[in-house]
Amino acid sequence: MFRKPQIIAASIVLVLVLTALSIPRETSARLKLALSSLFLPLFGLASSAPPAAQRTGDAVVPRSVLIGELNRLKKENAELHLRATEAEALRQENDRLRTYVGWRPFSPGKYKLARVIGRDPANWWRTVRIDLGSRDGLTPNLAVITPAGLVGRTGSVGVTHADVLLVGDPNCRVAAIVSETKDHGVVQPSASALDASIVDLTYLAKASTIKPGNRVVTSGIGGIFPRNITIGEIVDLHSVGYGLYTEARVRLTVNYNQLEDVWVVLP
Amino acid sequence: MKHLQLIALLVVAYFAVWLEATFNWPRRWLATQVDVLPALVVYAALFAEMPTITAVAVLGGLWFDALSANPLGVSVLPLFAVGFVVNHFRELIMREQAYAQYLLGLGAGAAVPLGTLLVLLSTGASPLIGWGSLWQWLVMTLACGALTPAFVKFFNWLDHTFGYRELAAPSFREDREIVRNRR
Repeated sequence: MFRKPQIIAASIVLVLVLTALSIPRETSARLKLALSSLFLPLFGLASSAPPAAQRTGDAVVPRSVLIGELNRLKKENAELHLRATEAEALRQENDRLRTYVGWRPFSPGKYKLARVIGRDPANWWRTVRIDLGSRDGLTPNLAVITPAGLVGRTGSVGVTHADVLLVGDPNCRVAAIVSETKDHGVVQPSASALDASIVDLTYLAKASTIKPGNRVVTSGIGGIFPRNITIGEIVDLHSVGYGLYTEARVRLTVNYNQLEDVWVVLP
Repeated sequence: MKHLQLIALLVVAYFAVWLEATFNWPRRWLATQVDVLPALVVYAALFAEMPTITAVAVLGGLWFDALSANPLGVSVLPLFAVGFVVNHFRELIMREQAYAQYLLGLGAGAAVPLGTLLVLLSTGASPLIGWGSLWQWLVMTLACGALTPAFVKFFNWLDHTFGYRELAAPSFREDREIVRNRR
């Protein structure tokens, strides 16, 4: 019925797949990183092409526009410098007060800027790849943010690149709190939504007084994500589990489709 | 032709996987990323031999999984299964006809994501599946249907341009020569 080459090929593929699926997770992750490193030259090419195009564009920007932009940035820089000085004074005061009540002083994290070089080609995961790896001090489970809010956490880390599990990926759940009402919940993917910017905030108390528009931030529980990082905004609420608890839909503040640069929070 | 076909198929698979991981515009416009590997495997199954089909399914699947959060190897089996079935019945298929290629592409585009999900779920993973996945599956099916005849045209052109062709044997045969002069 089947020809000899077909039987041989099917046997080889079956053995290969069964071996690949049964090897330990760490070995599998290493193999994946090794295989994906075959694409590094292309990723490098793709990330260097836009700056080259930008440089060409920059060459034709009029001098008056550049001077105007420079003046605006100088003003903004001065304002930010003033705010940073105030924030530093407040931080020192906060540390002093923490010491008085016997709390551990607040230790600000270090931030490393990374560029998004790739996205998950499969539709059932939400991950991106960044151009920082273990040689830059990255480890798994570090928070990744942008000025707009929380992006996700680092997953497997290679030497020169790392995978970031985005908020909304099945493997990235975030302990969250609603700023206005202090209700605690867990942010998890919303499988029903086609829109990747919508996630669910589950396990909210039945009697919670959350309203659409309320801000959702990280609660700091779990230890991976620092406290008070913006996640999104409540869209609507509904009762689930036969009225046992409330679930809310949350619109993320970070637009994943326009994600280019992210900050990794190092401990 | 065999080596050229294998190399061309692997190069296209390599670039296709990289493009899927780099370019985000299908996600922006269609809320889904299109995987072209099923269409490529259908082409290989229709016009190449078993070792080539195996190489495309194995390497394409492994490359795809390496750039994805999929466990390594889950994409290989569905791709190979599609290639195996099409190759087994290819003598019964009017493979030169564009509509047959389109229908096979549709079938492969529908079967490969379902097969991959089945393997994925059997490994204990919990991928993001919901009503939105139906739309993604539909787009993927239609895209593979449209891409299969395009791949056939492209590889035919490649073969025509770079492929080695044997010279046709001349009709003249010495043993059948009629000698007209007197000996």
